[in-house]
Amino acid sequence: MKYVDEFRDAALAKNLATSIALEAKASRHYRLMEFCGGHTHALSRYGVLGMLPSNVQMIHGPGCPVCVLPIGRIDFAIRLALEYNVILCSYGDCLRVPASNNLSLLKAKAQGADVRMVYSALDAIKIAHNNPMRQVVFFAIGFETTTPPTASIIKQARAVGLKNFSVLCNHVLTLPAMEAILSQPSSVPLDGFVGPAHVSTVIGSAPYLSIAQRFHQPVVIAGFEPLDMMQAILMLLRQVNAGCAKVENEFTRAVTPQGNLKAQALVNEVFEVRDAFEWRGLGVLPASGLKIRREFIEFDAEARFPDLIYSSVPDNKACECGAILRGEKRPQECKIFGTVCTPDNPVGSCMVSSEGACAAHYTYGRYQIQETANH
Amino acid sequence: MKKSKSFYVRPLDINHGRVDMSHGSGGRASAQLIETLFATAFDNEYLRQGNDGATLPSIPESCKLVMSTDAHVVSPLFFPGGDIGCLAVHGTVNDVAMMGATPLWLSASFILEEGFPLSDLQRIVSSMAQAANEAGVSIVCGDTKVVERGKGDGVYISTTGVGYVAEGVAPSGDGARAGDAILLSGSIGDHGMAIMSQREGLQFEADIFSDTSALHGLVAAMLVTGANIHVLRDPTRGGLATTLNEIAQQSAVGMMIDEGSIPVNSTVAAACEFLGLDPLYVANEGKLVAICAESDAPQLLAAMQAHPLGRAAARIGQVVKDESSFVQMKTKLGGQRMVDWLTGEQLPRIC
Repeated sequence: MKYVDEFRDAALAKNLATSIALEAKASRHYRLMEFCGGHTHALSRYGVLGMLPSNVQMIHGPGCPVCVLPIGRIDFAIRLALEYNVILCSYGDCLRVPASNNLSLLKAKAQGADVRMVYSALDAIKIAHNNPMRQVVFFAIGFETTTPPTASIIKQARAVGLKNFSVLCNHVLTLPAMEAILSQPSSVPLDGFVGPAHVSTVIGSAPYLSIAQRFHQPVVIAGFEPLDMMQAILMLLRQVNAGCAKVENEFTRAVTPQGNLKAQALVNEVFEVRDAFEWRGLGVLPASGLKIRREFIEFDAEARFPDLIYSSVPDNKACECGAILRGEKRPQECKIFGTVCTPDNPVGSCMVSSEGACAAHYTYGRYQIQETANH
Repeated sequence: MKKSKSFYVRPLDINHGRVDMSHGSGGRASAQLIETLFATAFDNEYLRQGNDGATLPSIPESCKLVMSTDAHVVSPLFFPGGDIGCLAVHGTVNDVAMMGATPLWLSASFILEEGFPLSDLQRIVSSMAQAANEAGVSIVCGDTKVVERGKGDGVYISTTGVGYVAEGVAPSGDGARAGDAILLSGSIGDHGMAIMSQREGLQFEADIFSDTSALHGLVAAMLVTGANIHVLRDPTRGGLATTLNEIAQQSAVGMMIDEGSIPVNSTVAAACEFLGLDPLYVANEGKLVAICAESDAPQLLAAMQAHPLGRAAARIGQVVKDESSFVQMKTKLGGQRMVDWLTGEQLPRIC
């Protein structure tokens, strides 16, 4: 397949693996964080992890939108569907995230809630249009990649005068999360970041300069294909070995320094930064999430259903999702990994989305635990 | 069930009529529907007996009976390459065939939703009749029920199949042994992606056709080689990945497959790519996995490739010793990873 096979070529991968092995100094350990869940998934799915030298460790970051969503936000959506009888539209990934009272959106659906999986934000608008007598809420999640589509449907809803449509906004920002990872005292020391792919197509590569400079962290923005990842890892090792902390862009075919200015303008028109937003694993981070501007308040589900008050819910005590999202622990270091918590019966959010660190490790990498145990 | 032409005051209006509750009442309307639509299309000597059940002939001596059943709820009912009718025949024929058996007879139960167009029902019934005819099986008994509008989704079809298998032929899910070869009869993911391309809210244009077909001819051609087939399975819901995991679990073995050797049509690969699906988990309705001793593999593979439904057959890996029953895969990139069971639902209502 054109434009895909080129980035999954075995011969090139072998060359890159050799270059990475040559660049990695045997005398030291390299801890690199791939920020995005998409990167975590690609590393596992294509078997890249096994092609890296043992002293190059990839630490899975918090860039999986489903994983960082706190239980309280899912509870909010479930209550809207069960108690307020709205049609709740959500991307498929969110449906299985465990919430309070042993519920999830999927289980709420089985109890009679009208929960619909949509493939795009636009589908939610269509559902609202086709069900004029019902309130329709789009459960919007994601980093900067999914924010422009949400902004766009809010504007469309305004343009066509939809009265029965609103958005429960859970959009979050990449840079505050990176800063939190680097500045929280309990965080693991990192040697560099594989920077986001799709997020960077929107925000550009320039915003990462402050991270590189303030925290002396090399950042290499990489695409989601396995060769992108391997090339980025090689570039990071070179920077680390040279003592540099620059922002480099491996994903030049899609990312520019300034990013997508049109998308940014659209987002700014509809959204503004919240004072604070709760993240699973990272806690409440200031200026880390978006809310719908006053000018569009009629489409803000939090304003439309003012009786529903958000309340924070602590994670399951045995679940290590928080520490895993901060890079402090690896999935297999969680006591309930693969026993109580599996993709079929997830306890924590990292076991739900295919981009989650636990799900990726369970689905693709579990055999390695066995091999380590056998040796 | 012979009745004079004047028995029904008015003929069934197949072009414009719709299923109503009386068609499931057991009264005259039911009889008319059965006679006009089903009995005519499925006509055979057993159905013609016209009784509550069919009396069937004895099977050859030294053979054993095999029976299987399958319910079909696919949405949409008509999809590129097939429809729920032929799928309901193929699904059950294949389940019988995966026992190494020759399927002979089917029963068919229809749950119809009030308001369902009779013209669509006729298309479905014709497709079933044609599929049964091509597969050499007879639909010997059946039932029709009607549920109120909104309580069904057009039509659900449940079929049960009976066939026979020669003594000594006993492929079984627990038969895989370390060292065995894993063979696959052709490309994966075609059925699931054909359905996906028609789904509400997702429609995309692609030349993808369901692979729905009856596999017992292919199985017969494989058995003729005399190869001892340890396991035969058709990777339907959950795709190849799930089928291999089922076998690994049942046989208490592991598997090592090679991604590069698994045939995937380029359009299916492209559609999976943009939808973020893994073809390993996408359903098939006309493919089989065979596991046999390494020494039998070349002749079995050759027999598969010589059959029209196995032209793209390939050896995709090997059974290995593994207490954890993991299925692992050498990726095209040159890495290695696990291929786990399907979690949740990749795509509901696929068959």
